[in-house]
Amino acid sequence: MKEIATVPAAASRSATPSPAPRASRWWKYASPQHAYPLIGRLVPWFLAAAVLLTTLGLYIGFFVAPTDHQQGDAYRIIYVHVPAAWLSMLIYVVMAFWAGLGLILNTRLSSMMAQALAPTGALFSFLALWTGALWGRPTWGTWWVWDARLTSMLILLFLYIGFIALQASIDDKRRADKAGAVLALVGVVNVPIIYFSVQWWNTLHQGSSISLKNGSSMAAVMLAGMLITTLGLWAYSITVALVRLRSIVLERERHADWVGHLEEIRA
Amino acid sequence: MSWSSWSEFWAMGGYALYVWGSMGVVFAVIAAEVLGLVWQRKTVVDQVVQGRRQRQHERQRGATTLRKNAS
Repeated sequence: MKEIATVPAAASRSATPSPAPRASRWWKYASPQHAYPLIGRLVPWFLAAAVLLTTLGLYIGFFVAPTDHQQGDAYRIIYVHVPAAWLSMLIYVVMAFWAGLGLILNTRLSSMMAQALAPTGALFSFLALWTGALWGRPTWGTWWVWDARLTSMLILLFLYIGFIALQASIDDKRRADKAGAVLALVGVVNVPIIYFSVQWWNTLHQGSSISLKNGSSMAAVMLAGMLITTLGLWAYSITVALVRLRSIVLERERHADWVGHLEEIRA
Repeated sequence: MSWSSWSEFWAMGGYALYVWGSMGVVFAVIAAEVLGLVWQRKTVVDQVVQGRRQRQHERQRGATTLRKNAS
């Protein structure tokens, strides 16, 4: 009697996964084995977008956009300063998202994604600070001030460096992922602080020229140059993060069978 | 176009140090990151290939010893 009763239960259990083939198809790419070749195919497209958009954006910024009547040509630093600053904040949020996902769902690939993003985010926050200093000198008369915007941006750079150092200092990779995730998630509070610092505090740094409410106070051609460069550097960030991710996957999964079947390993 | 000559372009209205100091470092950082990634990829692939070859070697040696001991 008992055996007969289990049959319908087993049948219904085997029937449940079939209504969601789409979801399972995406879940497949949560495994490093299936993600690795897919990422390899995506890289050239993001690279092409990065080169084309960055070139176009900087061409508009340096050859089409006019000289600013207040700041002269010093303003052209905006074409790298603002994209670098935006991306350093965006990459942090995305990094914290993947780190958090890895912490909650225990998916290895999510944690590797966070690890792959950190160096690029750190570089962009450094570039935002560097170009900011070179812009501050001619316009404010100083390389650096300890105001809210600049200080919170420096903290972002330290958060990136802290994340990288913490992960590197723990030998057990899964434990390193978890510790890094906690740090990344705690640090997220800094991102809105950076963004709103120019409104909350009286800073030397100017307020944003672009807002969702009021639109843009910049000339359309300057705005176009800045936005297109941002898209280009965004594509660049995705490209380098994916390339780095592939190296991380390969290193961490080096004992897995599927790695032995890869063309680059067999040859 | 706001430039009448290349020299005017490079002069950046007197702000050459600041503008090119920014652009130069941005491109230097990007170049360094790209080169670093190419090098990382090469190193990792070499290490994985070497590690696998070594393990295979050890496994084969282990099998031979087992066979010798059995006979």
